[in-house]
Amino acid sequence: MGSVGANDVPVLLSPEGLRIDGRRLDELRPIKIQAGALRQADGSAFVEWGANKVMAAVYGPREVHPRHLQQNNKAVIQCRYNMAAFSVDERKRPGVDRRSQEISKVIGEAFESVVFAEEFPRTSIDIYIEVLQANAGTRCAGLVAASVALADAGIPMVDLLPAVAVGKVAGAIALDLKKEEDNFGEADLPMALVPQSGRLVLLQMEGHMTEAELAQALDLGVRGCRDIYEKMKAALRERYALGPVGGGA
Amino acid sequence: MSEEVTAEILTTHILELAQSGKRLDGRGPDEYRAVSVEPGFVVTADGSALARIGDTTVLSGIKLEVGKPFPDTPNAGVLTTNAELVPLSSPTFEPGPPTARAVEVSRVVDRSIRAAETIDLTKLCVTPSEKSWVCYVDIHVLEHGGNLIDAAQLAAVTALKHATVPAKRFGVGEADYPLEVQHVPIECTFVRLGDTIVVDPTFDEELAAQGRLTVATDEVGRVVAMQKGLVGAFSPDDVKEVVRRAFRHGDRLRALATGGPA
Repeated sequence: MGSVGANDVPVLLSPEGLRIDGRRLDELRPIKIQAGALRQADGSAFVEWGANKVMAAVYGPREVHPRHLQQNNKAVIQCRYNMAAFSVDERKRPGVDRRSQEISKVIGEAFESVVFAEEFPRTSIDIYIEVLQANAGTRCAGLVAASVALADAGIPMVDLLPAVAVGKVAGAIALDLKKEEDNFGEADLPMALVPQSGRLVLLQMEGHMTEAELAQALDLGVRGCRDIYEKMKAALRERYALGPVGGGA
Repeated sequence: MSEEVTAEILTTHILELAQSGKRLDGRGPDEYRAVSVEPGFVVTADGSALARIGDTTVLSGIKLEVGKPFPDTPNAGVLTTNAELVPLSSPTFEPGPPTARAVEVSRVVDRSIRAAETIDLTKLCVTPSEKSWVCYVDIHVLEHGGNLIDAAQLAAVTALKHATVPAKRFGVGEADYPLEVQHVPIECTFVRLGDTIVVDPTFDEELAAQGRLTVATDEVGRVVAMQKGLVGAFSPDDVKEVVRRAFRHGDRLRALATGGPA
């Protein structure tokens, strides 16, 4: 870790078309979703996605703080994405940086697009995402965790929001990059899908892709999202299959 | 929703129960909730541990970096402890700079580690006045169910005990090696509920408490740190009793901190 020199590009794609961890180009890393991982939050979820570990909690609808953000016709949705100092190789200085601010904003806006906020005027729905261990794709893992946490909190939404990043490694479009692929990859395109409508509510891109590649990447991402969607639903079913809502708490 | 409130009736109930040596969750005054600690929870850290005490969950991660010794201690490395009470962990926490409580948690944990000489800081010096290891102990509170200090300290000490010095990564040596831990201090926290002093307070018990006392002991029989907190008072006899109890609990919790994969 970290000892790889700048010129030391690993072999990202084998002649057989297998990636650094043996996956095919259209294969996701293993994903484990636990709905209801914290007891005090109104909703929560813990997601292990490859070597990512992300906890999300939802509080609300509750009073708005700070007060001046309050809206008379709907709930405000406040999202905070944060990385633990030890979640990455080089220690991250604790606190808000520009990257986390941007990610918090785009994730918050993605949820504003699906939550029925007008049902809860003058309240706040607070979404907290804590990245405990990072290995590329934390905003998508965080979004998935937060989406399951919102459902766990009983917040009415159009749909769950599965998310995944598509990238380009060794010239090939690949689903769900891990860290080495992300570091040496040529593009990164995270997205979040509303499965019901087939529309994307989060979409970012960095790197370079041709038009054809971009189209391919979008298709691949949407398929990835649909797979993740099933895992999210399964996690919620597992949580609420036995006993009453909030059972075990 | 920024302030912490417990219904008057709940506080009264907690205090009444305590009079007859009982607690809301059925524990005796000298009983901890279930305690567990899992080292190596985060692989991006040089050492880590997830500690759980009842509903309280704290993750600590160690990061070692090469830096510069402080001018007044040219032959020693640097130890820094930082705690984040992230708003995910409680309905009452809000985003923002560290609150007084977060600062207190980090300082009380830091004090026990420093005073017990858990790490021999001179061994973290590489070149006097110029190059030394900086050991960051970061504490991330994931769920606040009361008694943050003990959970944070247990996580931190366990993480240190299982930490690796990344010498190779920083070009300071041929190979990484385990961080040497000389002593393992353990902090135990008590609160006063009327005439009864109970160990390991829950969130509600802390709000009902009339004083809090934390005692850190080590494996060679030393008290290495103490901290009285909240409004309230303890008599010298109370303190002696608390110290006696802290040693007993400390021994048991220490076994958890030092066990597990080396």
